[in-house]
Amino acid sequence: MRDANLAGESLSTGPAEAPDTIRVLVAKLGLDGHDRGAKVVARILRDAGMEVVYTGLYKTPKDVVQAAIQEDVDVIGVSLLSGSHVPLFRELGRCLREEGAGHILVVAGGVIPEQDYPALLEGGVDAIVPQEARSDLIVTTITDLVTARGRI
Amino acid sequence: MTVVTHSTRPRRAAYVPSADLVKDVLAGRAIAIARMISRAEEGYPEAAAALAELYRHGGKAHVIGITGVPGAGKSTLVSALIKAYAAEGRKVGVIAVDPSSPYSGGAILGDRVRMSETAAAGGAFVRSMATRGHLGGLTRATLQAVDVLDAAGYDPVIIETVGVGQDEVEVVTAAHTVVVLSAPGLGDDIQAIKAGILEIADIHAVSKCDKPEAAATVSALRGMLALGGERPGSRRAPPVLPVSAVSGERIGELKDAIGAHWAHLNESGERVERQRAMGRTRILGTARHLFQQKFQEAPETLERQIRAVAERRMDPAVAARALLGWEETP
Ligand code: B12
Ligand SMILES: Nc1nc2c(ncn2[C@@H]2O[C@H](COP(=O)(O)OP(=O)(O)O)[C@@H](O)[C@H]2O)c(=O)[nH]1
Ligand SMILES: [Mg+2]
Repeated sequence: MRDANLAGESLSTGPAEAPDTIRVLVAKLGLDGHDRGAKVVARILRDAGMEVVYTGLYKTPKDVVQAAIQEDVDVIGVSLLSGSHVPLFRELGRCLREEGAGHILVVAGGVIPEQDYPALLEGGVDAIVPQEARSDLIVTTITDLVTARGRI
Repeated sequence: MTVVTHSTRPRRAAYVPSADLVKDVLAGRAIAIARMISRAEEGYPEAAAALAELYRHGGKAHVIGITGVPGAGKSTLVSALIKAYAAEGRKVGVIAVDPSSPYSGGAILGDRVRMSETAAAGGAFVRSMATRGHLGGLTRATLQAVDVLDAAGYDPVIIETVGVGQDEVEVVTAAHTVVVLSAPGLGDDIQAIKAGILEIADIHAVSKCDKPEAAATVSALRGMLALGGERPGSRRAPPVLPVSAVSGERIGELKDAIGAHWAHLNESGERVERQRAMGRTRILGTARHLFQQKFQEAPETLERQIRAVAERRMDPAVAARALLGWEETP
């Protein structure tokens, strides 16, 4: 599959086409030590054929944006269970715009009450995955977003 | 029902032609550097000319390979080296290679966890790469990524690979200076021997010297090297250096030893030999990869040969030659 792509026959760069390999940065922001969910998500995405870079705990939005740029990921998947999601996602969105990295998609997961959804979307989050989502929904959310954005 | 909430502003992004990225790579812009590395990895034919141009701008960086078994402490050591080089005002480029899952083709790349702090503070460029399991492809992609970082002005450029698997060893051996890292207490004395990588070292480092068991590993390694174990073609016995990336102990000495090896390569003319070896590895690795691709372009032909070999109507050697077009298909 991958080697067939490497043969170059697949470079028909239609706008609605996903890259050959989707790369995702799974990140934890701020003072949030809950890392089980992030690790589960990393494994789900790997098992779906994606390359997942894991940042580790306690990162600032600035660190995460810098890592996402260097790793050239398609998506930053942030897992937040600390309750500080509104300011952290707003800052993440701001850093992305400041660095000219508006092509990187942002997906949020963890413990996020519905009343905060509008604030996150306003801050630049592309999709919010509810806590009870099953693995196939997590995978298709990311694949669909990247496909819609197109190859970069 | 479980639903995902989406933003009403769908994102779009345009494909920037590789030729347009070159100028930004040379100016050191992170987004362009990162994108160029991805295109090398994916092997886009569209990127070939841009990569060739970047190759012409490279050749300045000291390329350092660090290898050792998983858990030896490579990523932690790279992090400590980033800090040591940053103190001299040098910006380090890092390519950290981790294995892809043979089942899904995906990967979890965790080396960055240990490097993020020093990388941010030291202005380093850290890129994680998966092996992607293609013959020769890892060598091609990794060394092209090194070219990109080199052209962008990063020096030194460090390649971290696990010291098992032919491709991983091949990549690291293409560096100017190879550091083989052994850790105390990982089961047996000298992991480098077990992995068959004792002879590729220009420098042996023993990690975790903050632990008492490290002394035994150091002396076992020295004893082993006394019986021979120099890198073929090298005119210099590899030093054995205990280091602790956690306490920072003797990291400066390792950095100096790496620098001394580079000076030795330049003064003795061995650098030219290394460069030739690198060229050979790269050409042969890429050629191997191109063969592989060629076979995959005509899957029916390959499939026919596989069937014939499995049914013993043809022998594998004849089938291989036929695939290469060196013999008439009977
Ligand atoms: C286990 C747990 C802990 C463990 C964490 C262990 C660890 N290393 O992760 C421990 C005991 C350490 C802990 C500590 C605390 N906890 Co706690 N903890 C939980 C608990 C019970 C389960 C979380 C969990 O691991 N679930 C299992 C994983 C697999 O599920 P998940 O994280 O939800 O992830 C799934 C999905 O959400 C989704 N997902 C998650 N992230 C992402 C990201 C993306 C991109 C996508 C697509 C999907 C996705 O996919 C995952 C797999 O299905 C929750 C309760 C709850 N209902 O969630 C409280 C909870 C999260 N904890 C809570 C609190 C308050 C704390 C403490 C502050 C308690 C205290 N006073 O000491 C501390 C803080 C610790 C710290 N440093 O941050 C609160 C948070 C309240 C809030 N947000 O407003 C919760 C909600 C409990 C509650 N109802 O009050 N906790
Ligand atoms: N005590 C001690 N532990 C270390 C040292 N270097 C690395 N480690 C630990 O060894 C483990 C593996 O390190 P890592 O850098 O990820 O190894 P890698 O797999 O070779 O890249 C981690 O738990 C590190 O914290 C060191 O100098 N001293
Ligand atoms: Mg590592």
